[in-house]
Amino acid sequence: MLHRSAEQIGRTELGPRPLPPLGPPRPSSAPAAVDTVLDSGLRVIAVRRSAVPMVELRLEIPFGGTHPTHPARAELLAMTLLRGTPRRDRFAIDKVLAAVGGDLAAGVDPEHLSVSGSALASGLEVVLDVLGDALVSASYATADVVRERDRLVERLTVNRSQPRVIAREALQRRRYGDHPFAREWPEADDVAAVTPAALRALHRRSVVPGGAVLVLVGDIVPASAVEAVASILAGWQSDHPATELAALPELTGADLQLVHRDSAVQSQLRLSAQAVPRNHERYPALQVANLVFGGYFSSRWVENIREDKGYTYSAHCGFEYTRYGATLVAEADTASEVTAAALLETRYELGRIAVTPPDETEVDNARHYAIGSLTIATSSQRGLTGHLATLAILGLDLDWLLTHPGRLQGVTTGQVAEAAAEFFAPSRFTGVVVGDAKRLADPLAALGGVELPPLPS
Amino acid sequence: MTRIPSPTVELHRETLSNGLRVVLSPDHSAPVIAIGVHYDVGFRSEPQGRTGFAHLFEHLMFQGSESLEKLAHFRHVQSSGGTFNGSTHPDYTNYFEIVPSAALERALFIEADRMRAPRITAENLRNQVDVVKEEIRLNVLNRPYGGFPWITLPPVLYDTFPNAHNGYGDFSELEAATVEDCAAFFDVYYAPGNAVLTVSGDFQVDAAVELVHRHFDDVPTRSVPVLPSFAEPLPDRERRHRQLDPLVPLPALALGYRLPDPAAGFDGYLAYEVLCAVLSDGDSSRLEQRLVHTDALVTDIGARCGLFGAPLDARDPDTLIITVMHPSNVDANRVLEATDEEITRLAADGPGPDELARITARWAATLFRENDRLVSRTMAIGAFELLHGRAELVTELPAMVASMGSEQVANAAAALRSDSRAVLIVEPANGSSGSMLDLATPGQEA
Repeated sequence: MLHRSAEQIGRTELGPRPLPPLGPPRPSSAPAAVDTVLDSGLRVIAVRRSAVPMVELRLEIPFGGTHPTHPARAELLAMTLLRGTPRRDRFAIDKVLAAVGGDLAAGVDPEHLSVSGSALASGLEVVLDVLGDALVSASYATADVVRERDRLVERLTVNRSQPRVIAREALQRRRYGDHPFAREWPEADDVAAVTPAALRALHRRSVVPGGAVLVLVGDIVPASAVEAVASILAGWQSDHPATELAALPELTGADLQLVHRDSAVQSQLRLSAQAVPRNHERYPALQVANLVFGGYFSSRWVENIREDKGYTYSAHCGFEYTRYGATLVAEADTASEVTAAALLETRYELGRIAVTPPDETEVDNARHYAIGSLTIATSSQRGLTGHLATLAILGLDLDWLLTHPGRLQGVTTGQVAEAAAEFFAPSRFTGVVVGDAKRLADPLAALGGVELPPLPS
Repeated sequence: MTRIPSPTVELHRETLSNGLRVVLSPDHSAPVIAIGVHYDVGFRSEPQGRTGFAHLFEHLMFQGSESLEKLAHFRHVQSSGGTFNGSTHPDYTNYFEIVPSAALERALFIEADRMRAPRITAENLRNQVDVVKEEIRLNVLNRPYGGFPWITLPPVLYDTFPNAHNGYGDFSELEAATVEDCAAFFDVYYAPGNAVLTVSGDFQVDAAVELVHRHFDDVPTRSVPVLPSFAEPLPDRERRHRQLDPLVPLPALALGYRLPDPAAGFDGYLAYEVLCAVLSDGDSSRLEQRLVHTDALVTDIGARCGLFGAPLDARDPDTLIITVMHPSNVDANRVLEATDEEITRLAADGPGPDELARITARWAATLFRENDRLVSRTMAIGAFELLHGRAELVTELPAMVASMGSEQVANAAAALRSDSRAVLIVEPANGSSGSMLDLATPGQEA
């Protein structure tokens, strides 16, 4: 079949056209909201967002632990917390939630136990009732615990076969050694030893309202929603507050560590450095600097190693926030044969942004992206819920979210340059390269700055 | 029982003189707009010898157009405060931008420019072949269960190239792609009359219609390819294939069943969607309760309509898939027997009224949640309009699901016959040869 050539396709008689200007910006309006702390110590944030007749819910309970087997107990607790009380078994819970279009799921990380859920807005009280019942009197029935123990061991096996998990665990060990923050997934042997009694004890000690936050966003009247929480969760009380994870040490720069993964055809590059958190005065400047480096598609790093060199499908550098601080984590996966070259370019871009600061156009583009993408990300009930929960952990609130565009507007090119020079200096980074050491060791040794493992036979 | 509110989504239609279909859906709940363009070509239409080409071409559509240099597309969308992406499906390829409403005209301009005159160069083609190969390493070659089941199950269930081949493509065929191939593919499939433009979010309809005309009217009219049929007969027996994978730690199973043609009536298809929910949505669903909790045979199990888990996302033929992960000490046949028993029981008795009411409520809630994300709603509207001529499905589906009777679901269960399905058995391969599985011989008996 006859068709035009690529040259013909790419040209019109009129020629290139000018890009239309942006229209006038329309600010988001501030939603109705209540942010309060109940007598139990539970902070409740309720926000009205009524585009769909749903409500989203997120509970965050500080859930730190220091014992090496804490992750096993914590993970199993999360898997069984919502799986039965004296009032309802796991099937009855699922049925009562489904009847109001509802879902509840618990998860845990080294810092928090989280419960996320949603339902038709008319079913809010039902969801709160199921949640409150579990918070006060989760059964941890032996049959459920034994079954979930087996499933967890099976899932851990699958999880630890995934390159991204292998890389994450290697990075956490490299950054934090034996600190409990590095234990994101439990050890299978520890899981097998967890008893229902241990879960009940952990629940009594740690599933407590003092210091926890509950966020509700949806087609609700905020004041009424808070009243419903206060009344339905009235039985959730404790004489001690929730357990915060011990503060993390500051990251310092170090050689990358090469971690061998047999037969890998692709390597994981993971680099990390200390940053400042959202409530720090330099955060907006660092946020913009990070975007210019590798925080969005139109960044120097992505344009270099993906769009120019084709070394990766996705490269991204983002913030990882904890209760007390923040780090930068740069991630890219790249074929074994170009891994060393990709690392070279990565170091080049880190050095470049430190000494060749972003110009005004780069800063403006990143600033507009930061503002617009925040509007977009918080325009859905689910997105706003997640943001508010993350902010609440830092002691921040809806007001911070609404005023952040103003802070980004106020950032100067000079402040971004200062942040770039300080935070992106390559010497501040540590990290790992996970891949086939048989293929990577020589070129990485040639580059230097990489600690090599004993070579596999 | 909970009263389920009816979803409301405002829809307006236009068709331009060049054949471009336009759906506008205003919604002023946030100062954001989304634009989607769905082209009526997916990986089922790519030519033999060019597996992965539709997806590779999707990447090239981001590499610049007459008014936009390489990288300009990304920069203009992001410096306007927005994001973008594209994805390739069996029967269509979509592109989107979501931006603050102030960037409506800019986003329309960007989509129109590449619909009119994309810049396809040998250099960008080589670069994106490399990027796509990294994408395939990331999602398939370097990962346990990579491509399971969307790449690995179709060659067991289907015989013909369009339905059975790997939509990500073989490296050698990706490398063989030429600029000439790209030009031919664009001219045939990316005609304005072969596309649907969806605009939703915070805008006034009249103003948006005017902007759509301003930017898209002079995209030249081209002939639209005849819609191909990918029909093939149902398997005449159960087809089993055993795949040994050195990367996986636990065995996995995928069962594939043919779905009825949605063009013959949405109800007939949606009965299977309800069936999937009865089988595997939540702890109290039939397969979860029996296989995960009561018999403790499997770690996880799930049933869904569509290759990527979205119902009505393809034309005929489409696939219902049950996936299972189970420990090595459980024989795959025990899993199959228990699954078949539950399906047979459902075929005999059908779901109860409470079961159906729960599914109706949860299904509607899930759709509300999806629709609350503007970009998801926009892409659903575009796909439903393109594939089924019915953008309204985005609001009509909950009522269709709610009207489903027990007998319809029982009949759907009865049609999940073991003698016309595909069974893919994935097992850990001991030994550490890093090579992927050879899927060149599908249908091999286990």
